[in-house]
Amino acid sequence: MAAVSMPVAERRGAAEAVARRVSAPWTAASAAPTVSLDESQVDTGAERGDAVGTVAFEGVGKVYRSAAGEVTALEGIDLAIPAGRIFGIIGRSGAGKSSLLRTINRLEQPTAGRVLVDGQDIALLDTEGLVALRRRIGMIFQHFNLLSAKSVRDNVGLPLLVAGVPRPRIRERVDEVLDLVGLSDKHRTFPSRLSGGQKQRVGIARALVHHPEILLCDEATSALDPETTISILSLLRDINRKLGLTIVLITHEMSVIREICDDVLVLESGRIAETGPVWKVFGDPRHEATRALLSPLTRDLPEDIADRLRASPFPGSETILELRYTGVDGDPDLGQLSTALGSRVRLISAAIDRIDGHAQGRLVLGVHLPPNKAKQASCASGGHLKVLGHVAGDD
Amino acid sequence: MSPAMIERLIGAFFDTVAMVGFSALIALAAGIPLAVFLVVSAPGGFVEAPRLNRAVASVINGFRATPFIVLLVALLPFTRLLTGTTIGVWAAIVPLSISATPFFARIAEVSLREVDKGLIEAAEAMGCRRRHIVRHVLLPEALPGIVGGFTITVVTMIGASAMAGAVGAGGLGDMAIRYGYQRFDTTVMIAVIVVLIALVSLVQATGDAIVRRLRNR
Repeated sequence: MAAVSMPVAERRGAAEAVARRVSAPWTAASAAPTVSLDESQVDTGAERGDAVGTVAFEGVGKVYRSAAGEVTALEGIDLAIPAGRIFGIIGRSGAGKSSLLRTINRLEQPTAGRVLVDGQDIALLDTEGLVALRRRIGMIFQHFNLLSAKSVRDNVGLPLLVAGVPRPRIRERVDEVLDLVGLSDKHRTFPSRLSGGQKQRVGIARALVHHPEILLCDEATSALDPETTISILSLLRDINRKLGLTIVLITHEMSVIREICDDVLVLESGRIAETGPVWKVFGDPRHEATRALLSPLTRDLPEDIADRLRASPFPGSETILELRYTGVDGDPDLGQLSTALGSRVRLISAAIDRIDGHAQGRLVLGVHLPPNKAKQASCASGGHLKVLGHVAGDD
Repeated sequence: MSPAMIERLIGAFFDTVAMVGFSALIALAAGIPLAVFLVVSAPGGFVEAPRLNRAVASVINGFRATPFIVLLVALLPFTRLLTGTTIGVWAAIVPLSISATPFFARIAEVSLREVDKGLIEAAEAMGCRRRHIVRHVLLPEALPGIVGGFTITVVTMIGASAMAGAVGAGGLGDMAIRYGYQRFDTTVMIAVIVVLIALVSLVQATGDAIVRRLRNR
């Protein structure tokens, strides 16, 4: 083990450097240069430039070789994650999300391409460098992965303990992060006595204890009930805002992406299907995989209408229109819509959501109008129109 | 039972306790590192060394396959080298601990292997080195299983120590054979069995209590 051969004096130096980092106030963590005796072991802020917490993938691929043959988990991933953002990676199970996330702290080694953290190729790091990198990257897990034999305090303090931080400092810092995640009264409790949400809070506290610049979330809310999911997600958003750290999360639930992410990447069979700001990808999904993942969030045509729907108009029929808003052309203008469609308009169903200040979703309307006139109306209101069909009118 | 016999019974009890106690401590000290080695050097472990792993595993299997009474005799030269004698309590401790170590190592190995891989991954992600993972993750998480396995080992050793009479080490088992069986003294036989049952029960109950406390956190 390389660590064993490390001279004692040097080890102490590294420990002090970590200790000093630990005592730094929250906001200074990303800006203040870290003090270190050996710059190759702990990067200084100056070395990395201003943008601390960026991740870049360059042609990253991963092939698993086994007796049964080769399995390609990732292929040709080119991506830049900017500092301070909440970046979501979504895909069906087996899409390679987990492998991709784990290449960031080298729990997985890519078989092709490079992964850069703050511009540094992490494949080149030796054991010491890797340990230092992992201390800059926190990680939380679907099943929390807390040590059952240690109390909450010892779980959270473990990353500092193994880094050689003196115990009083550890105590101080553990109190600080437990306070941040809202568990200041649970120091002595063992993980088995905590609820799922509390366990994940401990996991978050443990991940933050080193003042990381990047937080990796591996399906962090998939094992939690909806209410707890929301509270954990809002905690993550708070942390992102307060501490300015980059969050990279993977999930198979679009609702998680919608709730907190700034940007999203849709992964399909190890390749990038689509990527961009969440509101754009959600408002106008271009890839089949994205639509499939979004389908639980989109409602079908109401059944009573769908059952009676006919393809062509007939005397006295009511035309069913769908107006889709992608968020690009502004909010639905109801005034203009009703002016253009005349007085006999009814709203059948509506699902408009607002993501990042962009209204998107769809309206289903019943009108008594020739289709060409309806077209004008849709232009006026900023939506994309589709005639779904015709049903017998109410009268 | 005559007072002399009772005195003999007490002496035999302490002989057994001494033999088993010392051997158990040695098995504990040697078995845990051996078990850790087997787990971390196995394919997929974090210090993969498949060849060495297989070699050590075969040696362990060899010792485990040999009946204790045969091991006791076969190890006599080694015992003499180590203790300077081939009779008495000390002479019994050598084969007893050598036979118990691989047994315990295998049981501890199972507990260590069952530690959730996610915990090891989490430890790696937080910047733990291998020795930290062994110390803070593998051993503490496997502790209840290890304690349970150690209890089984000790009980097995109490049974095996009956054969220590073959090298004149005495103990409860030896007394049962010599007085109870060979001299047809049923009272002594029953008395020895009662003491053995009490001893085994005590060991088992203590082990169980510790495991329960560890698991109840």
